[in-house]
Amino acid sequence: MLTNLAGILFDGIAYGSLLFLIGIGLSVTMGLMNFINLAHGAFAMLGGYVCVAAMTRLGLPFLASLPVAFIVTALAGAILERTLYQRLYRASQLDQVLFSIGLTFMAIAAATYFWGPSQQPVQLPEFLRGQVRLLGLDLGAYRLFLIALVIVITVSLVWLVAHTRFGAQVRAAVDNQQAAAGMGIHVNRIFALTFALGSGLAGLGGALGIDVLGLDPTFPVKYMVYFLLVVSVGGAGSIKGTLIAALILGVFDVAGKYYVPEVGAFVIYALMVLLLNLFPAGLYGRRA
Amino acid sequence: MTAAATAPQRTARPTMHRLPDGRWRRIEIFFWLLPAAAFFLLPGYLVLGSQILIIALFALSLDLILGYAGIVSLGHAAFFGIGAYAAGLLAVQGWGEPLSGLLVAGALAAAVGYLVSFMVVRGEDLARLMVTLGIGLLLYEAANKAAFITGGVDGLSGVTMWKLLGVFPFDLSGKVAYLYSLAVLFLLFVLMRRLVNSPFGLSLRGLREGGKRMPAIGVPVRSRQVLIFTIAAGVAGVAGALLAQTTQFVGLEVLGFPRSAELLIMLVLGGAGRLYGALIGAALFMVAQEYFSGLNPVYWQFWIGLLLVMVVLFARGGIIGAAETLCMRPWRNGNEGRAAH
Repeated sequence: MLTNLAGILFDGIAYGSLLFLIGIGLSVTMGLMNFINLAHGAFAMLGGYVCVAAMTRLGLPFLASLPVAFIVTALAGAILERTLYQRLYRASQLDQVLFSIGLTFMAIAAATYFWGPSQQPVQLPEFLRGQVRLLGLDLGAYRLFLIALVIVITVSLVWLVAHTRFGAQVRAAVDNQQAAAGMGIHVNRIFALTFALGSGLAGLGGALGIDVLGLDPTFPVKYMVYFLLVVSVGGAGSIKGTLIAALILGVFDVAGKYYVPEVGAFVIYALMVLLLNLFPAGLYGRRA
Repeated sequence: MTAAATAPQRTARPTMHRLPDGRWRRIEIFFWLLPAAAFFLLPGYLVLGSQILIIALFALSLDLILGYAGIVSLGHAAFFGIGAYAAGLLAVQGWGEPLSGLLVAGALAAAVGYLVSFMVVRGEDLARLMVTLGIGLLLYEAANKAAFITGGVDGLSGVTMWKLLGVFPFDLSGKVAYLYSLAVLFLLFVLMRRLVNSPFGLSLRGLREGGKRMPAIGVPVRSRQVLIFTIAAGVAGVAGALLAQTTQFVGLEVLGFPRSAELLIMLVLGGAGRLYGALIGAALFMVAQEYFSGLNPVYWQFWIGLLLVMVVLFARGGIIGAAETLCMRPWRNGNEGRAAH
């Protein structure tokens, strides 16, 4: 029972760190630009497909195709941000929602056109398969790798935001866009860079998540609510909030599916409605 | 006392811009003759026709909260589904009288809408999106897991309806279903038309345009929003019940997220904030879907997505909005404030 619990906790944390990796970009877009981007999952999906394509068509190993996924999605994000998204920063939230639903539909149709409707397989390298024995527990090697990677990324993100000039500019733009622009910060450029970074991380998350979340054209809709949930529970624009929300969500989802499979996804949706009522602005929301 | 004293003052200002009168214009009468004419001219399409009428009613209900009150909802299908399952289950359990079934379904959906509305109206836009989305998904999951009641993914079959008004049996060609749907749609449309042109309807528009100023002039914002959300939920429930009764089947997809999203698309396509926009958007969407998704469902999704992006970027206000800008331009010139938007 107790080892069971530890196993679920471990799986939940691995799952949650994936959600964090994908959700952090969305959190920044919402916090920084106030943009409700329902198409964020499409970037994660793109990352997944790029990773699969890099492995099967170019013959790259898994670890080498991860950076490819990151770079391609970041580029796609930057292009879309400059051409389409930035036109809608001042639009109403309804417009943003509709626009991003439209984008999601197009992404789903395009993915079906190019890759077909079936699940995509991923060939993990030998050393990431199987179990590792740690502290008396059998832990999945791939999930351990996931957690370690996400810790590294989180630490570098925090360092980036807290200790670099770029991070200071991002924080300034989040706090007060107009004042930041008045101080000579190129807010538009900051927006584009952050959007690209967020999309890239989502793409990386999508590539890493093929083995855990699966990858098929319905991905953006299937997980949309999870990403939105992570952000709205965590509080838009907060790294700490997003991380905590993602971990809570991951653990509860895995536990719910394990202990009460007949109730299924019910647990997560109920949790979401409950948390949103307790914390309308998120756990670490900056706006009251 | 103070409210009674100020009320006549407010109504006694005829100079207020574009105050709606309840008069029916000629084009509206012509518009409503179309579905009646379709009954005689297109007898082969009555099944599709009644689907269009039902979805149009559903779109109208979303228009009330989204177009008029400005409350964004991503889970409006929840109420449609509640209505559909209520009417369907009632008939399965042995009570197949259509009109009372419709009322029960509408009342149930309105009751759930009332309870939900408190959670919806208290948050900001993002929280509202999430709560409506969450409730929609919650109900979908509940109906999916409670297969012993709802039939789960297989759907609820065995819905047998009694004769409408005790006289007209629901036939295969869909004649009765069409006229029934048309009558319900028209009746509710007249009521909603009255509602949105009333002072209450105007205050809803006020909430949409400037939510912060409305409390300052003494409008009870929350209770107005609760009321309109409840009404919209009830109307959506009636639409769902109509679908269940006329098709004599309830599928799980009545509750699904795609239905809520498609409904938003119809509304935006036709023009939100205008009752006729909801009707035209629903009709066009359904006809296009019937035609194109028959060719290839995947491409249909791509084009509808592209269309949505285009509408948001270039044609805010939808078809009706575009038509208004084209027709009204000569009259609009003197009105700079409105044209700037």
